[in-house]
Amino acid sequence: MSVAEFFDMGGYALYVWGSFGVSALLMIIEPIMLRSHRRSVLQRISRIVRMKAEEKV
Amino acid sequence: MFSAFKTLVGRDLLLAMRRRSDLFTTLFFFVIVVSLFPLGIGPELNTLRLIAPGVFWVAALLASMLALERLFAIDYEDGALEQMLLAPQPLFILVLAKVTAHWLVTGLPLVLMAPLLGLQYDMATDALMAMVISLLLGTPALSLIGAIGAALTLGLRGGGVLVSLLVLPLYIPVLIFGSGAVEATASGLGGQGHLSMLGAILVLSLLFAPIASSAALRISAE
Amino acid sequence: MNARLINWFKFSSPATFYPLAGKMVPIFTLLAVVLIGVGLYMSFFVAPTDYKQGEGYRIIFVHVPAAWMSMFIYLIMAFWAGLGLVFNTRLSGMMTRALAPTGAIFAFLALWTGAFWGKPMWGTWWVWDARLTSELILLFLYLGYLALQGSIDDTRRADRAGALLVLVGVVNIPIIYYSVQWWNTLHQGATISMDNGSKMGVTMLWTMLIMALGFWAYTIAVALARVRSIILEREADTTWVSELAEVRR
Repeated sequence: MSVAEFFDMGGYALYVWGSFGVSALLMIIEPIMLRSHRRSVLQRISRIVRMKAEEKV
Repeated sequence: MFSAFKTLVGRDLLLAMRRRSDLFTTLFFFVIVVSLFPLGIGPELNTLRLIAPGVFWVAALLASMLALERLFAIDYEDGALEQMLLAPQPLFILVLAKVTAHWLVTGLPLVLMAPLLGLQYDMATDALMAMVISLLLGTPALSLIGAIGAALTLGLRGGGVLVSLLVLPLYIPVLIFGSGAVEATASGLGGQGHLSMLGAILVLSLLFAPIASSAALRISAE
Repeated sequence: MNARLINWFKFSSPATFYPLAGKMVPIFTLLAVVLIGVGLYMSFFVAPTDYKQGEGYRIIFVHVPAAWMSMFIYLIMAFWAGLGLVFNTRLSGMMTRALAPTGAIFAFLALWTGAFWGKPMWGTWWVWDARLTSELILLFLYLGYLALQGSIDDTRRADRAGALLVLVGVVNIPIIYYSVQWWNTLHQGATISMDNGSKMGVTMLWTMLIMALGFWAYTIAVALARVRSIILEREADTTWVSELAEVRR
């Protein structure tokens, strides 16, 4: 089976890659968004913690 | 317990009579939605007769949902709800009373108006009968299920839109069996099966929805 | 018995659960990557071409696992919601909240891939089939939960209200499914049936199972990662958060 044949999926290319592609896209985007969200939460909290520490001194 | 129920229904009806404009808003909404459909679809009577059950039921769904916002909101704002939460009577009896009054004010006029509007759609007499019975069984269930959503969104910003998001998916069985009953009668199959399913849904929601609503009220008013 | 009970409640404290979840996330991520990798290889290179539907049937390997997961996640959410309402543990509400977006994504994917399957097989993107319709309603239930959670500022109320909504939803799902099915059989003429006609081969079944397991591991990894962010946000004022290595940095 050649590469072109594989990507053609027996004429069903749009449907097969349309479903697998979108699924892959969403399942990659979700962890990335989670990571950036976590980073922003951590940033916010450490800023507050630092501010509190300075207040004590 | 029963006297508390009666007192609360009487009080809510009295309050509703004092502000009659609220009462007519729901009914007028129902009338206008039903009357708009022929303008959008065309005056062909055969088509109208075909879509009538769906149109009436969707309009009833939307109208009863529109009225939900006021179910607990007024009592919540003036503090009467807190008194009810503290009352010695079980909360679900009070919720049931409020829902009953709410249905008498917003649901019943709609049921009575439906056959008149059905004439606009050239519906046959037996289909009209089925429509009235199905609405009579279905709209109380809508009020009961909707009360859960109304209690959950109490005092939230954008509560009206939110209620529709929460409640409409739960309304689907009532919609299916309600319009199904009318359709089946109109096509000569007989709608008894659908009507008994509607009755079962009504009984189930009578049993469980007040309990869920009172739990939701406690969460929201905490 | 009693000792075990205490042990379980110890993990329901956010301060203990946070590092535990942190250790579990990489494990399940690895598991998900491996399982989905094997699943993808099997679905494209091992599973044979279907004699009736050609290569197009390969969509089943992502469609069915996504549909399974969307339903399974709602059940797990209901489990956490019930636990939260009964035992009043804070972690349960956070877990329910952390699972919901992933469940919504899988519900959406099930619909999306269903449409992409339906077009070549039945000629339309959307069929008012009982299963497709129920899946759509499930997506609505997820969105309703997320909307309710998003509009309540008080986290305790948000958790409890959300939990109640999930439980009401889970009671309603069988009723909705049954009524949709009845409605469907009444209205469907001699058009299309969902049966694929072909018997499911052993290889196909295994591929689907492995993909489903991969999705399951993915869900756990993502939900645990999300619950960690939620814990940080809600416990921002506590000492244990301010003493975390990633915060002190």
